[in-house]
Amino acid sequence: MDKPVTSPKTTINGPMHTALKHDSAHKHVTGTAEYIDDIAEPAGTLHGALGLSDRAHAELVSVDLEAVKNAPGVIAVLTADDVPGFNDIASTGQHDEPLLAVGEVRFHGQPIFAVIAETRDQARRAAKLAKIDYRDLPHWSDIEGALENGGKLVTQPMTLLRGDPETEIEKPPLRVQGSMQIGGQEHFYLESQIAFAMPGEDEDVLVWSSTQHPSEVQHMVAHVLGIANHAVEVKTRRMGGGFGGKETQGNLFACLAALAAKQLKRPVKFRPDRDEDMVVTGKRHDFKVDYDVAFDEDGRIHAVDATYTARCGWSADLSGPVTDRALFHADSSYFYPHVRLTSKPLMTHTTSNTAFRGFGGPQGLLGGERMIEEIAYAVGKDPLDIRKLNFYGQPGSGRTTTPYHQEVEDNIILRLVEELETSSDYRARRQAIVEFNEASPVIRKGIALTPVKFGISFTMTAYNQAGALVHIYQDGSIHLNHGGTEMGQGLYTKVAQVVADAFNVDIERVKITATTTGKVPNTSATAASSGSDLNGMAAYDAARQIRDRLVDFACRQWKEEKDDVEFLPNRVRIGTEVVPFDTLVRAAYYDRVQLSAAGFYKTPKIHWDRAAGRGHPFYYFAYGAAVSEVSIDTLTGEYMVDRTDILHDVGKSLNPAIDIGQVEGAFVQGMGWLTTEELWWDDRGRLRTHAPSTYKIPLASDRPRIFNVKLAEWAENAEPTIGRSKAVGEPPFMLAISVLEAISMAVASIADYAVCPKLDAPATPERVLMAVERLKAM
Amino acid sequence: MNSAIRFILNAEEVVLSDFSPTETLLDYLRLRRRLTGTKEGCAEGDCGACTVLVGRLVEGRLIYETINACIRFVGSLHATHVVTVEHLAAKDGTLHPVQQAMVDCHGSQCGFCTPGFVMSLYGLWLSNAEPDRSEIELALQGNLCRCTGYEPIVKAAELVSQTRPSALFDPLERDRAEIMAKLWALKSSSETIVIEKDGARSIIPGSVEALAGALAQTPQATIVAGATDVGLWVTKQMRRLDPVIFINHLVELQQTEVDEDGITFGAGVTYAQAFEILLMEIPALSDLIDRIGGAQVRNAGTIGGNIANGSPIGDTPPPLIALGASVTLRSLDGTRTLPLEDFFIAYGKQDRLPGEFLEKILVPKPHEDAFFSVHKISKRRDEDISALCGAFYLMLDSAGHVAEIRIAFGGMAATPKRARAVEAMLLGQPWRWGTVSQASLAFDEDYQPLTDWRASAEYRSLTAKNLLTRFFLETAGAPVHLQRFEMEEV
Repeated sequence: MDKPVTSPKTTINGPMHTALKHDSAHKHVTGTAEYIDDIAEPAGTLHGALGLSDRAHAELVSVDLEAVKNAPGVIAVLTADDVPGFNDIASTGQHDEPLLAVGEVRFHGQPIFAVIAETRDQARRAAKLAKIDYRDLPHWSDIEGALENGGKLVTQPMTLLRGDPETEIEKPPLRVQGSMQIGGQEHFYLESQIAFAMPGEDEDVLVWSSTQHPSEVQHMVAHVLGIANHAVEVKTRRMGGGFGGKETQGNLFACLAALAAKQLKRPVKFRPDRDEDMVVTGKRHDFKVDYDVAFDEDGRIHAVDATYTARCGWSADLSGPVTDRALFHADSSYFYPHVRLTSKPLMTHTTSNTAFRGFGGPQGLLGGERMIEEIAYAVGKDPLDIRKLNFYGQPGSGRTTTPYHQEVEDNIILRLVEELETSSDYRARRQAIVEFNEASPVIRKGIALTPVKFGISFTMTAYNQAGALVHIYQDGSIHLNHGGTEMGQGLYTKVAQVVADAFNVDIERVKITATTTGKVPNTSATAASSGSDLNGMAAYDAARQIRDRLVDFACRQWKEEKDDVEFLPNRVRIGTEVVPFDTLVRAAYYDRVQLSAAGFYKTPKIHWDRAAGRGHPFYYFAYGAAVSEVSIDTLTGEYMVDRTDILHDVGKSLNPAIDIGQVEGAFVQGMGWLTTEELWWDDRGRLRTHAPSTYKIPLASDRPRIFNVKLAEWAENAEPTIGRSKAVGEPPFMLAISVLEAISMAVASIADYAVCPKLDAPATPERVLMAVERLKAM
Repeated sequence: MNSAIRFILNAEEVVLSDFSPTETLLDYLRLRRRLTGTKEGCAEGDCGACTVLVGRLVEGRLIYETINACIRFVGSLHATHVVTVEHLAAKDGTLHPVQQAMVDCHGSQCGFCTPGFVMSLYGLWLSNAEPDRSEIELALQGNLCRCTGYEPIVKAAELVSQTRPSALFDPLERDRAEIMAKLWALKSSSETIVIEKDGARSIIPGSVEALAGALAQTPQATIVAGATDVGLWVTKQMRRLDPVIFINHLVELQQTEVDEDGITFGAGVTYAQAFEILLMEIPALSDLIDRIGGAQVRNAGTIGGNIANGSPIGDTPPPLIALGASVTLRSLDGTRTLPLEDFFIAYGKQDRLPGEFLEKILVPKPHEDAFFSVHKISKRRDEDISALCGAFYLMLDSAGHVAEIRIAFGGMAATPKRARAVEAMLLGQPWRWGTVSQASLAFDEDYQPLTDWRASAEYRSLTAKNLLTRFFLETAGAPVHLQRFEMEEV
């Protein structure tokens, strides 16, 4: 670290607000970035595989595992009877999710037992040999089936109410009632779920888990093993993608690996095959939105009454907060003077749906945007005009209160939308498209500009806390650890920038270390886009404590005042003297200054009363807007995205390169959700789209042919977040709604834009063609 | 007879005699060699996280192609050069320009797909000095990324082609002569190799005669060329195959002949090889070929395999049937030739006798006045399996009446199948919208398609009719379909 300095630097490498490369980029491209399956396996490592239910809903009459036990290489077969603690991995505390099924299976693919063998291949082969007798029970896979069978809920529904929607919805001259189906989505993280457990002495176990929530994995492993949390350490250096799919869904694999490792006293790895991963783990919730909206001839909304019904699967998992967040975003960017929003989280005999980027928000927002579309077709206007008419106003306008009674105080949506409208030449292009369609019988085009407003904070208030640990060693090198996890979103890089900035030292000096429950305890999931907001602040807090101690020490040693100590790039000015950072650190050590600090942060201002449906659940809002142009083929329903322009708000960006990457990636992922990604269950309740051969996420050739992405450079968070930045993980996902609506406009051209096509999602070529046919028949 | 295969792995010569016929290259790399840069994303050849290059001698040239290691069997690697991501950077750690471009363009986020993308970009870099955007997208059709939205990866491909440095940077350019010599030496022997492990045999015949002989002895053997389908029997269905006869190295099955009658493809010609010829000879087919799998699948999969596995949703049978193709089957007893459409008897049943193998496919060239087109419909445009695939061949007489018509569809029945009722309605009739739209109703007689995850029966039936409409519009000189890129005139 003590390199000779030729001329003093005026800036450091990698401060906040610079486009620094991902910290692992070099390792990614050389194949040296270590994922859990790449960790060198100690001698004696065993491998697990799951034995899955072949029925959607059935009583387990008998489970004969003799052939499994006798298969080559098999060391052990685990069932619920082997669980020393609680056979329960429900993240909600509702105890509705057994680790391994007992007595009954409630979805096709539910784990019944686990095989542990010398090799993964042996374990997989053995798992197929079970002889299980089932007594079939009635099952239903979808929302319709659940409603026909009594509409059983997996968790408490929620209602948001403001004003008097019941009366007011009758008054305006115009009213539309309708319904929209919104499909779910598989995460398709490229690295499937995986856990690797190493038994230790006493009750100890160390688990490497590909998880967004190491603390929950720790607590869950302890709960299953019936031991204290302190005996379990969970480590996560990086995931090969998460997107919400590794918030709770890693628990199963981690618990089984830990259980087997402790029982057999050998290291045990669980890595499901892709198909198994997709069959077993939860996905984005499908929704049905029933809406009733009253408005005037101008298209101004007076009252909204909407029900958001979700397919939740066999257990609650995160369905409560997911369906809540759908309601929190049913207003999209619009003021509803009178509103009632109700959620209906339905139980179905399918895998338990879970977190996925946006966490119900995208479905909520899409319902809101569908209402705008309905209004636009009803009054014969460009949907963009309806949007502008209904945007939340500025403080004092009387149009700032959300359905959950929080005021929108930082509204920049109109500015974003108008800038994009101009920069993308929206009006002229729309006109040109209408003219094109008049002369083109087969190919039709559409264009749409849609906004995003997304509330930032966990709605479960306790989750809005974070911890970090910073050490400075005697050579001046800095060790950084925090509770956030790296799944590709660049969190580690951003937090390291915060720390480098805090000490005004080059980022190369900061070592980013794997997340572990042993260093920072009681962390929250890296989710809700909150990673850099929470962990950046916690790391800053830790760095600030050490910096304050260094300042105090410098003042003592050099007999100067605090104002005379200044952190210059890689050095410190103390009075008239300038010393290298390392020198100061070493001197501080000899003076017995503590060079380690634990940082902590909790988000201010937020509170939420769910029963009353009132509060201030979000610290702030992130905004964005996108305009997409598409072409469709009216003979086959195939389509293509010709161009997308995006203007997105990340406040004052901590790292513009990483933020642009989040915006582009989220958009394309959102596009997949709304176009080609379709989950399909057969009449036996089997998911038949369980691999990339059958489940189609976007390819390079699906992204917009012209793709202009910009961050709003003038944006700054109104709240004092880290560097005045804003969260970026989830909000841009919803920019993809512009694609669905553009396809819808192209379809609408068939009936001269007089009818709302009511295109459901995902708009597969089949759905598009069927919508075309519907409009042709009108 | 020999009992070991030999190949080169990065810089090392490998002699391998203990592998099962279904051991995959990916497992060999990761489990046996601990080369963990190559990742498993799907184990079915669809995500590209396991992409590696395989170099082989083709007509005296050394070519490197991307393939999916997850569904490539070790037994098919004799006399090849396997190159993994670990081989790219210099010994001192300097990144290969392709890797550096990915870093500079922020082309990785979670990084798990990245080694596969690097290898695909590398394969492109080796074969195409100045790729345009459509060529880049074609090269990336077999690689899934869930984080970046692809834009920075495409930009990396553009950047690296603009800043192409000296070839000495590149290990494969540098060592080309030496590798060629080694592969040449390995290839020169035409001995049959047989390897047995855990009671299962891999047979690597030294010639087509040896293949016929081996098949006569073990007619239950599984013949494996590119393994793009058989690979999944192993990774997904965990089938045990014994014995397996590998044929992908047999040069005799990789010959293509073009004469006045048409094109004769050896059964072992890969999609990628066929693509080059079809681009010249039957351009309408090349539209379809670049939508079969991703580049890795097209580099491994063969037209013969696509036919021989008898799938009702194979991409090549419908257009080949419409063109009037025939197939030649061979055994120790000799050869026989039959129309391709007669090869498909029923679902899972083909006219292939024990001991027979598919030797070649004869594709007649369309008459110069004929209209021919093929349309594949899938949920996602690229790297997807057909929901349906329709091909149309039409000759009109001087009066504008239908003199000859063949319509064949995949995805509409248990086998690739002609639309005989529609054809009958059209034959001899004037080629006009009235007759065509009337005839299209007869698709309901020809096909009673199924509903599955790829499409509903209703959509399949409707789209089949609409494809005939499209074909009619094409013959009327109004071709209308979505093009991602304006194609350059060839």
